[in-house]
Amino acid sequence: MGIAVEVNDLYKLYRAVRAVDGVSFTVEEGEIFGMVGPNGAGKTTTIECVEGLRRPDRGTVRVLGLDPQRDGYELRRRIGVQLQEASLPPRLKVWEALDLFSSFYPHRVDGKALLEQLGLADKRNAAFEKLSAGQKQRLFIALALINDPELVFLDELTTGLDPQARRAMWDLVRGIRERGKTVFLTTHFMEEAERLCDRVAIIDHGKIVALDTPENLIRSLGAEQRVVFTVDGQWDDTPLRGMPGVTRVEHIGERTVVYGRGEGLVGGVVGALERMGVRFRDLRTEQPTMEDVFLALTGRVLRE
Amino acid sequence: MRGFWKLLLVQAKLYLREPVATFFTVIYPPLMLLLFGAIYGNKPTPFFGGRGTMDVTVPAYIGLIIVTVGLIGLPIGAAAARESGVLRRFRATPLHPLAYILSDIASYLSMTVIGVLMLILTGAIVFHIRFEGSVASVLVGFLLGTTGFFALGYLIAGLAPTARAAQTVGMVLAFPMMFLSGATIPLEVLPAKVQVISPYIPLTYVVSLIKGLWFGDPWSQHWTEIAVLVGCLLVGGAIAARTFRWE
Repeated sequence: MGIAVEVNDLYKLYRAVRAVDGVSFTVEEGEIFGMVGPNGAGKTTTIECVEGLRRPDRGTVRVLGLDPQRDGYELRRRIGVQLQEASLPPRLKVWEALDLFSSFYPHRVDGKALLEQLGLADKRNAAFEKLSAGQKQRLFIALALINDPELVFLDELTTGLDPQARRAMWDLVRGIRERGKTVFLTTHFMEEAERLCDRVAIIDHGKIVALDTPENLIRSLGAEQRVVFTVDGQWDDTPLRGMPGVTRVEHIGERTVVYGRGEGLVGGVVGALERMGVRFRDLRTEQPTMEDVFLALTGRVLRE
Repeated sequence: MRGFWKLLLVQAKLYLREPVATFFTVIYPPLMLLLFGAIYGNKPTPFFGGRGTMDVTVPAYIGLIIVTVGLIGLPIGAAAARESGVLRRFRATPLHPLAYILSDIASYLSMTVIGVLMLILTGAIVFHIRFEGSVASVLVGFLLGTTGFFALGYLIAGLAPTARAAQTVGMVLAFPMMFLSGATIPLEVLPAKVQVISPYIPLTYVVSLIKGLWFGDPWSQHWTEIAVLVGCLLVGGAIAARTFRWE
C-alpha cells in the first residue's frame, strides 16, 4: 500500500488563534481515513490545507506525491472534493451541473451512471434549489467523483442529514472505497467515525490526540462493558458483586447496570440471575464506543 | 481554457432563467421604445437636428442596457456566486480562474448584445430609425462602454461585503445615471441646472460616444469619452482584481 497523503508538522494561524497546531499524519491508499473532533477543532482547516485551498503557515503537505500549493492544477485533476460550505447556482439543473463539472477534467466517468448509483436519476432535470439536503449532498458527491479521482475528500458529509440518510451515505462511502479509491473525511459524529473509518485521528484544539483504528482506540481505553437489565421488585445483588470480572453494580430505579470486563461477563450475569431465581427483562449489553474514547482523551462529551 | 465554453453556455442559460434580469435586459428597453414611440412618433424635428425622437432614442437606450447589466445584473451575480459558495466549489476543480472570469464577462456581454439587438430591431421595424455611422465604429464604441461598465460592476462586487450590499450600491448608482446621462431622457430636454450633473456621470460618456458614432461622428470628436471609459476600465479592473476573493 502506498501513501496517499503525508502531512508533517502542519501549522495554520487565524489571527492569534492556532487553528492547526503541529499536525502530522499519513493516509494510506485504499483506506477510509477519518478526522474526528468537535466543531472548531481544526478539521476543516487541515483538510483544506491538504486539498490546496488554504496555504499552511508551516509544515509540509504531500498529496499523491504533489505539493498542493505548487502543483494545484495537476492535483485537482486527480482528486475529488466535497466541501463543507459550498453551493451551486440555484437554478442550475442536476444534469447541467454534472455536464459542466465534467468539462473541467480531461478524464471523467459517465455522469448518467453516477446519478443512477447515487439515486439521483429521477432528479436529472431538477434545479439545485429544489433538492433536499440529502439530495444536494449526493449531488456534491457525484461532482466529487465525476473525474474518477484517486483520492476523495469529504468534509462533514452527513451534517444536516437525518439518521436514515446518514446510514445511506455511509454505504455510499464504503462503495467508493470498494472501487479502490482512498477516502479522507472529517466528521464530528463519533459513531460515524467508528462505523465508517478504517483509521481515525481524533483532533482537539488543533492537535491530534490519538490516531488508530476505532477498535484499537476503544481497546486501548480498557473501558468496561455494561450489562443493563430490569427486575420488578426487590432482590439481593450480592452474588453479582462477588462474580469474577465484575467491578461494580449500580441501580437506577428498577434498572440495574453491571460494569465489568472479560468475555464471559454477559453469560456469567445471566447464569447468576437464573440461579438466584430473579426474573429479569430487557437485558442488553453496552460496549464502550468512540464517544467514551473521546471523553477519556479530552475530558469532554462530544455532542451535536 | 478547458471548461470556458460550457461555463459560458451555462451562465447564459442561468441568466435567461432569471425572469427579472431577462426582462430588464431584453424586453424592457424595446417596450419603452414602443411606448414613447407611440407618444412622440419619429417625425424629423429641428430640436434633434432634423432627426426624429426615435432616431436619437435608440442609440441612447443602448446606454440604458449597458448600465442595467453592468451595474445591477453583474455585481449581484458576481457577489452572489462568491457569497453562496459557488466560487468555492469551482475553486476545488482544475478550472482556471481566467477561464471563469472570461466566461463570466462573455455571458454578460452576450446578454447585453441580445438586449441591444432586440432594441435596434424594434426601432428598425416599427420606426424605421436612421443609422448614419459605420457598424464597426459603433461596435467598438459599444464594446468600450460595456467593458468600462463591467469593470465598474466587478469593482462594486469586489468591495461589497454581501450580494445584498452589491445590489443596493448598484441600484443606487444605476438609477440616477439612467436619468441624468441622456440614456432615457435626451440631455437637451433636461433643465440647465440638472445638466450640470451630467459630466460627472460615467454613463453620460457611453451615451454621447455611441450616439455620436451612430450618426457618423469621427472618433476624434470623442477623445473625452474614450479617456473616461478607458479610465473606468483600467481603474475599475485594477481595483476589482485586487479586491477579488473566492469566499
